[in-house]
Amino acid sequence: MSLLEITDASVYYEDFQALYDINLTVEEGEIFACIGANGAGKSTMLKTVSGVLTPRRGTILFDGQPIDHMQPHKRVEMGISMVPEGRRVFPSLTVQENLIIGAYRGRPGPWTTDAVYELFPLLEPLKKRQASGLSGGEQQALAIGRSLMSNPRLILMDEVSLGLAPVVIKRIYDAFPTLLESGCTIFVVEQDVQHVLTVASHVACFLEGRIALQGKPSELTNEQITAAYFGV
Amino acid sequence: MDWLNAATQGILLGGLYALFAVGLSLVFGTMRLTNLAHGDLTILPAYVALMVVNALRFNPFYSIPITMVIMFVFGYLLQRGLLNAIVKTGDVNGVIVTFGISIVLQNALLLGFTANSQGLDAGTVENLSIKINDRLAVGWLPLIIFLMSLVVITVLQIFMGRTKMGRAFRAVSDDQEAARLMGINNKHIWAVAMGVALLIVTIGGVMMAIRTTFDPLLGSQRLIYAFEAVVIGGMGSAWGTLLGGIILGLAQTLGAQAFGSAWSILVGHVVFVVILALRPQGFLAKTVTS
Amino acid sequence: MNTTTTAAPMGDKKFSVSVASRTNYMVLGFGILVLIVLAVFPVFGGTPWTRRLVDFFTLLALAQFWNLMLGYAGLISVGQQGYIGIGSYTLWLFADVLHINPFIGVIFAAIGGAIIALPSAALVFKLKGGYLAIGTWVIAEVLRLIVANIKRTGGGSGITIQAATKLGTEVRVPGTYWWGLGVAVIAIGVTYFLLRSRTGLALEAIRDNDLAAESSGVNLWRTKLYTYIIAGAGCAMVGAIVAIHLLRVQPAAAFSINWTAYILFITVIGGVGTIEGPVIGTVIYFVLRETTSKYGEWYFIVLGLLAIVVTVWSPRGLYGYVVRKTNFFLFPLQRKLYYEGERKKRKSVAAESGEAAG
Repeated sequence: MSLLEITDASVYYEDFQALYDINLTVEEGEIFACIGANGAGKSTMLKTVSGVLTPRRGTILFDGQPIDHMQPHKRVEMGISMVPEGRRVFPSLTVQENLIIGAYRGRPGPWTTDAVYELFPLLEPLKKRQASGLSGGEQQALAIGRSLMSNPRLILMDEVSLGLAPVVIKRIYDAFPTLLESGCTIFVVEQDVQHVLTVASHVACFLEGRIALQGKPSELTNEQITAAYFGV
Repeated sequence: MDWLNAATQGILLGGLYALFAVGLSLVFGTMRLTNLAHGDLTILPAYVALMVVNALRFNPFYSIPITMVIMFVFGYLLQRGLLNAIVKTGDVNGVIVTFGISIVLQNALLLGFTANSQGLDAGTVENLSIKINDRLAVGWLPLIIFLMSLVVITVLQIFMGRTKMGRAFRAVSDDQEAARLMGINNKHIWAVAMGVALLIVTIGGVMMAIRTTFDPLLGSQRLIYAFEAVVIGGMGSAWGTLLGGIILGLAQTLGAQAFGSAWSILVGHVVFVVILALRPQGFLAKTVTS
Repeated sequence: MNTTTTAAPMGDKKFSVSVASRTNYMVLGFGILVLIVLAVFPVFGGTPWTRRLVDFFTLLALAQFWNLMLGYAGLISVGQQGYIGIGSYTLWLFADVLHINPFIGVIFAAIGGAIIALPSAALVFKLKGGYLAIGTWVIAEVLRLIVANIKRTGGGSGITIQAATKLGTEVRVPGTYWWGLGVAVIAIGVTYFLLRSRTGLALEAIRDNDLAAESSGVNLWRTKLYTYIIAGAGCAMVGAIVAIHLLRVQPAAAFSINWTAYILFITVIGGVGTIEGPVIGTVIYFVLRETTSKYGEWYFIVLGLLAIVVTVWSPRGLYGYVVRKTNFFLFPLQRKLYYEGERKKRKSVAAESGEAAG
């Protein structure tokens, strides 16, 4: 049984249709990447999985259970955690408090604040600093750590490399193996195509609300991907 | 009354205003809701306590914990059942709905209890005072109220700073969508916040009902005092609210001392207006920008 | 009123942008007829009904000014009773102390309201949203307390407007009627004119977004200030008219929060953000008043509950509900896009006024 199964999902913003009949499967233990131009629908896809949006048609099965109309906070309980676009760390809370809040639902698992500090050592000296005083890269590490604290089975990452320096992005991608080892499956949305294709085991390219191309990066050519990305 | 007495009264009055104001500020801080019914919700517990006392026939002080529980549940249900629906829909709806609640509450109380002033009889303790020296006597009840405000604010700070739910309050206040993504149930948190706010105002509301009289139409004035205390003290700071309450209380009592009691409330408003003009963010404002 | 522009052909279809449909012009004609009837009403209508209409017009005007502040400048005020009271007392000042004809005194009351509004705005604008609302209430309270503490004005028990009593019923009733009708027409006119202007459109589209408003070239602070002053002057005019109408002013009544309660109820029931809304709201309010006001508290409870229910379930008010179903406005505020040959179909380009109203 796949970890995440999306079948014929259509998602709307009011009257505007953002996703058309999406079919997508994520297996446990893999890194699944969604790529595509701005507005193609990849972030919408992530928001639908996290529960911020609900599909008007179609189903989403997580571990065999339908979650399409489940509230976001309940999905965290089931083991889905989202690292939102723009990080969205809690500005008035300290780094330590941000992490602790991530464990709000109390899911059992390997992730503790110590484990997060081990993964992202740069955060440790910043423990008591208010999150609003962190740099972009530090906030991104914090946001990921915060999500990990809920011991998720599926972690959703929405454009985590946006606005970050290459060395910072590398630090994040270097952390992926540790995430996988802890039992996490990674579902990532990225604009930075090259980097994410080096780690992803599966990729879906979105174009105007539909999946234009799906498959293993090793089996797809650059031309295919470019064509699907730009719709040429 | 002389100046020293007036000043002491003013400071103690500040404690009462702080008890009223902290609830208003808590609700605004957690969910950006300006509750125009807040003042009336400080009068309601007095009537609830009245009913409890009449039913159970004991000292009004013992009715305070019971009334606190009742008001907490009422606040929770009010928020969950009605106010949550409009929390995210903009300031206007909040103003209109809470104003509507204010009108309904006042008139329901008028219907049920008439406009007559009521009181809660706690025996002689209402008038007991501690004589400090020849010229200064401090009322026992006002002193207790002031001390309660210190206790409440301290407990609130601990709650917000060190408990799981307090942290959740702050997270929801910072970014309610991100809070949902962390597994926090906003609807529940907002309802608890309203419940806690009403719990706090019950303490002040019932004690004031013991100390002096109350009637259904007092709420509007209380809302304004609470609001002024919050603005003077600075939004987002509970201790600031106490400071704001004290400044307002002093303005009122010293104003009465200087110009006569008819001018006391106006002096309070004038001081508020001056502070708003010169230091609109208040004295101890805490704002965090992301 | 006629703003039809024909643009270059887009693809195969020519289209034009127009504010009004043919039906709207018919309604305009009908409206002018109604206005003429209303203008001559006192001549044949009889005193009781004329007096009722004074109440109607003054409340309608108040609701429109409130609607203007909210819809045009995003200001929520629960303190307009301050201006109503100041208007009443300014009228007394000019009529009884300065011995100027009360009907001319109404104009001075408007000026008085505007003068008070200026510093009030400077203070109140330092707050935002709901706290700004309470701030306006504090201003009203300050005005009430000042007036109530001045012995010359009769203090807490109020004072009679001698000059108004001296006018006699035959002059006073039609006079207040025409002033009432006048201020209602002014209120509707100003609201319509402002909401229809370029600034009005821009403000509707970006309602609560200050940053967007500023960057689109709109001077938000100035817009808010002018709107607040206009509303202050308008409500003061109403206060003056009411003072002549009732012959008496008294702080508790003139500065009563009940004014705001009526205004909120009317605007909410009728619908925020449209001009017809307050008209409908005032009508509904009057029907309620005539049928249930003798029940005192129940009347207010019904008002309050209705306002709550309408806000939660139909935020666009009852008129907004109708609009959503029929997409028709009596007072057209939107530009509509018509494809050549499709004039009847009325496809609206801008979001429904209701949606933009937030």
